[in-house]
Amino acid sequence: MAEYTLSVNGQSHTVEAPADMPLLWVLRDRLKLTGTKFGCGQGLCGACTVHLGSEPTRSCITPVADVGTQRVTTIEGLDPHGAHPLQKAWIEADVAQCGYCQTGQIMTAAALLARHPKPTDREIDQAMGENVCRCGTYLRIREAIHLAAGQGKGVKP
Amino acid sequence: MSTTRRDFLKTTGALTLSFALPVRLKGAAQAPAPAEAFEPSGMLRIDRDGTVTVWATRTEIGQGVRTSMAMAIAEELEADWSRVKVLQASTAPRFGDLGVTGGSQTTRSTTLALRKVGAQAREMLLQAAADTWGAPKAECLARSGRVQHPLTKRSLDYGELTDRAAKLPVPAEPPLKAAKDFRILGRDVARLDGPDIVSGRAQFATDIHLPGMLVASIERCPVFGGKVRSFDATAALKVPGVKKVQAISSGVAVFGEDTWAAFAGREALKVQWDEGPAARLDSAAIRKQYEERLKAPGKVVRQEGDAAQALPKAAKRIKATYDAPFLAHATMEPMVAVADVKPDRCMIWAPTQAAGMALPFVEKATGLKAGQIEIQVTLAGGGFGRRAMADFILDAVECSKAAGAPVKAQWTRPDDFQHDGYRPATLHELEAGLDAKGQPVAWLHRYAGPSIAASNHFPWPPEATELAGAADLPYAIPNLRVEWGQSDTPVPVWFWRAVPASFNPFVTECFLDELAHAAGKDPLDFRLRHLPKAPLKLGQHEFDPARYRAVLELAADKAGWRKRKLPKGWGRGIAAHAYLDCGTYVAQVAEVEAKAGGGIRVHRVVCAVDCGMALNPRNVKAQMEGGIAFGLSAALYDEITLKDGRVTASSFSEHPILLLPSMPKVEVHIVPSNLPPGGVGEPGLPPLAPAVANAYFNATGKRLRSLPLLPPALRKA
Repeated sequence: MAEYTLSVNGQSHTVEAPADMPLLWVLRDRLKLTGTKFGCGQGLCGACTVHLGSEPTRSCITPVADVGTQRVTTIEGLDPHGAHPLQKAWIEADVAQCGYCQTGQIMTAAALLARHPKPTDREIDQAMGENVCRCGTYLRIREAIHLAAGQGKGVKP
Repeated sequence: MSTTRRDFLKTTGALTLSFALPVRLKGAAQAPAPAEAFEPSGMLRIDRDGTVTVWATRTEIGQGVRTSMAMAIAEELEADWSRVKVLQASTAPRFGDLGVTGGSQTTRSTTLALRKVGAQAREMLLQAAADTWGAPKAECLARSGRVQHPLTKRSLDYGELTDRAAKLPVPAEPPLKAAKDFRILGRDVARLDGPDIVSGRAQFATDIHLPGMLVASIERCPVFGGKVRSFDATAALKVPGVKKVQAISSGVAVFGEDTWAAFAGREALKVQWDEGPAARLDSAAIRKQYEERLKAPGKVVRQEGDAAQALPKAAKRIKATYDAPFLAHATMEPMVAVADVKPDRCMIWAPTQAAGMALPFVEKATGLKAGQIEIQVTLAGGGFGRRAMADFILDAVECSKAAGAPVKAQWTRPDDFQHDGYRPATLHELEAGLDAKGQPVAWLHRYAGPSIAASNHFPWPPEATELAGAADLPYAIPNLRVEWGQSDTPVPVWFWRAVPASFNPFVTECFLDELAHAAGKDPLDFRLRHLPKAPLKLGQHEFDPARYRAVLELAADKAGWRKRKLPKGWGRGIAAHAYLDCGTYVAQVAEVEAKAGGGIRVHRVVCAVDCGMALNPRNVKAQMEGGIAFGLSAALYDEITLKDGRVTASSFSEHPILLLPSMPKVEVHIVPSNLPPGGVGEPGLPPLAPAVANAYFNATGKRLRSLPLLPPALRKA
């Protein structure tokens, strides 16, 4: 066990944890930020996506010791009122079915929009192409990203 | 508050829906209702501030029932939708029987009863207002959360009427609204959980933390039916945060202060297994077992005319062998439940699709009686049938009992892949005969596979869970015989999205395509031409050929069947399935590009659905999209194989799930209908695989008869 001081959603937290403990479990079990989900623990599904700095990152395979001073942003910190354009668009397009993967989808999409404010379908495919949604909400995810980007139902590549 | 329990309505198929008025109970399971609230039913409360609370008595697994159940009550209640909230029912007696959330039955089996609950409350509120004003009830009008008296322009909010309404008797048979007057049902309504989901506030079972709670991770024997011989916990117990290691019935549980401690402790655990008789089982052996089974006669599950006599006389005979693999559910939230077992009481939080079915197992595991056990159903990160199993609940119960503390039993992704109840694998032999004019005169379908009913000891005939899509073949063929050969294996089998309609329609709708091709006919025309002329009984249900025809024609029309020119290397295919168990008919046209080396790119799926009245059209479309995505994963990539008694897949890389870039364009068209609403969670899946395989044939002339359709090297999402 060692002490780590993390910057999460703009707040500083000091936690005691083994060095190999993934950031996911620090967030969920230590800080009780449960919006970030455990889907596979193998970095393969994207349900655990958070931002390290501005990079979308799989928190389930990111040891806490590797986080250092990078700013961590989780779904709880994306917008103080849950009113990020993507969150509003997600509701407008009624994206979610079971909802479990959607916070990871939104965090991945938020990093995309930060880089490409008006993404094409191809850019969306590239950015979102490794986030699993077992319910199959993909078309609405794409639609919601376009809506958040102010592009109506979308622009083609 | 009334102390009489009143059950009403209604039994549909195997699922019983009963609602109870709030009852005063001696047990601790009953949360007392606030005195100021109006509770005309155990699942409905109206508070003095006008808030309407509905307790969903079915489980939300992504199919939208929390919203649709609330809509049905709110419609008749004339509620203000913006003041409706939904909570989840538990097994506490006030909620009655939670039944099973499965088989796409919720809409079909509960909508009328829910409307009645809303109508009862509305009538009582109307009466309360009439009494307040001294006006005839007939002059009062309920609308948007208020009762109005238009003649005197007076109105009262429902919240102002709760005290008075609560004292009135509950009317047994309140009038129901005519469909033309619906203000909520039939509209596109966004799901109520949307805001909580997108903000991360939605609480799933895996998100629950209780004071003093431990997290358990269970090492299970990798071979089905194996047992613990011995284990060495020395190293595991040295892992920081590990509190305890103990064998339970499903394996060896490692208890940690938190999830990571439990996982890390489990890594350090050493277990010797008695792997048992299934230790050498592999997929080839199961295939061989099915082949042997098909050499003997099966159980005749459909018989019309005499196919054996008719086949030799046919002008043309077509034979084919099809197969479908075992499949995992792969819900996004791995199995998980939380239990707090005390000497006289057990509280469970679980994303279960069948809380009532789990209760007897919990009684047995705890030694407690039903009244001492309460299962609070939580949101579920996907279900697809998997969460009707009780195994993950019993893990939590046994662990809590062993630890003497609340425990969350958290499965990992490999646990989830390797210890599922799998969609049965099946092997099919078909033979059909055409006469000289290309009319089908005989159809013989013989298939072998395990029985979900038998292997789980359900009190049904073993074939009951394996027939849809095969025994209810809807085409008019004079000599028709379907035989099913039970062939159980050590692989646990369970309900998976669409159950046998996830494989049988692949076989039958592809083989029918083969007949159309052999007859030199267009596959759409061939289907339409050989439908029965009038409704008939298929199995337990009525089949309406007009509805089947309508979805085929609508899908074909919207897809531009025969009209739309496709690029070189593309093909189109059609398939349909009447999901009679939930009253919904679906047809799909797939446009597919055949790529080098057996590659398949599905570009477009046009889907026509007749689900009776569409209660929430936007959700109907979402469920069709979801069924298509789920079906396409299975059609292209997925199979569970066994080697040395073990499931080989343990991650999403070995069992890929369709990803966004491979999602085809989907267009859903709903047939307008005033028929009673049917289910939509499953019916979108069955036509997908055959439509894709038929399209691939159309593109290449190559018939794919084995699922998944892609060659192994290309099975990457």
